[in-house]
Amino acid sequence: MRGLCGLWLVAAVIGLASLSTNVAQAQDVKDLRGGVPPTEEVAPPVIYKEINDDKRRARNYPEQPPVIPHNIRDYPVTLNANKCLTCHTREFTAQSQAPMISITHFMDREGQTLATVTPRRYFCTQCHVTQAEAPDLVENQFVPIEEILRAFKQDGEAGEQAP
Amino acid sequence: MIRRLVLWGWRRANEIWFVLRKPSVHFSLGFLTIGGFLAGIIFWGGFNTALELTNTEAFCISCHEMRDNVYEELKTTIHFTNRSGVRATCPDCHVPHKWTDKIARKMQASKEVWGKIFGTINTREKFVGLRRELAEHEWKRLKANDSLECRNCHNFEYMDFTRQNARAAAAHSTFLAAGEKTCIDCHKGIAHHLPDMQGVPGWDASELPPLEAPDDTASDDIRRLGEAMRNLPPAVAVAAQ
Repeated sequence: MRGLCGLWLVAAVIGLASLSTNVAQAQDVKDLRGGVPPTEEVAPPVIYKEINDDKRRARNYPEQPPVIPHNIRDYPVTLNANKCLTCHTREFTAQSQAPMISITHFMDREGQTLATVTPRRYFCTQCHVTQAEAPDLVENQFVPIEEILRAFKQDGEAGEQAP
Repeated sequence: MIRRLVLWGWRRANEIWFVLRKPSVHFSLGFLTIGGFLAGIIFWGGFNTALELTNTEAFCISCHEMRDNVYEELKTTIHFTNRSGVRATCPDCHVPHKWTDKIARKMQASKEVWGKIFGTINTREKFVGLRRELAEHEWKRLKANDSLECRNCHNFEYMDFTRQNARAAAAHSTFLAAGEKTCIDCHKGIAHHLPDMQGVPGWDASELPPLEAPDDTASDDIRRLGEAMRNLPPAVAVAAQ
């Protein structure tokens, strides 16, 4: 009996300790409601319109999945049907004048090239996304390689001129 | 036995015909004409009112087959909710607006009553299993009437290509304008989820007409290769994979 009591005490102490750390963490985490109590209505964030001008955007780095320059509302990408592929599949590109899905999309995970898109590349919006004219949610610190090279070159030139 | 039945039926029919062609004895001509006129209004009006009642969304989704499947799917699409609040209800797309066409469609729809009674799609599984067939009925119907129900709202004559994006304008000013294609050829699954699209032209690339071979020998070679691959013994086929 005494042993059991001791066990309860230990459990209670551990529980209390973890509770207090949880509370401390919760204060650091900013919730999606922006600190508004659950009893009050939060003004939802603006949903920005999709860009729909069909103009290709330059990629920021070669491996970047190209972004979608058109509306894709209600485009099904399901087990039954894939609306994207009705234009971007090789066979349909002549009619649609859309860019063809790249050959990397034909390769399965063993690097074997198949006749058509592989299942692992089937879900287009996993990588490709539409664009909106909207303020950044977080600051973007990405620097493209050209800029880095340019900075190195300038540094080098400055170094040569210094002595 | 059958002869007696036929004879009995013939006699009854004769009696009814005799009554029908007898001039009225008790009712005045005024009663018969005005009464007939009023009865006509009541019956015809009643018929049309009942018909229009079956031509509402509320009627369609009074059955769980429609409410839980196709209606739920419609709810997220642009034909249900959009910036201007103009929306399409079930009969807007699935029943012609013109009276004769509407009656023809309604007669066709008696099959759907049959389906309801015998529970053809009374579970989700049954519905999903029949989705391709049901979708194909609608594609066929819209193809045959040149997408009439689409055009009740989307009138080609008043389409402003400059207000469409480049892709849409290109497709509409060529294929649609030339009458080569009709709305449903490209716009499938805009209001409901799609069935398995294998073998559907425009969705399944293998359904495209074969590319023209440069000469006969090349296509013969391809054919021979195909045959050879089909005739591989199973062990070789597995090894080749």
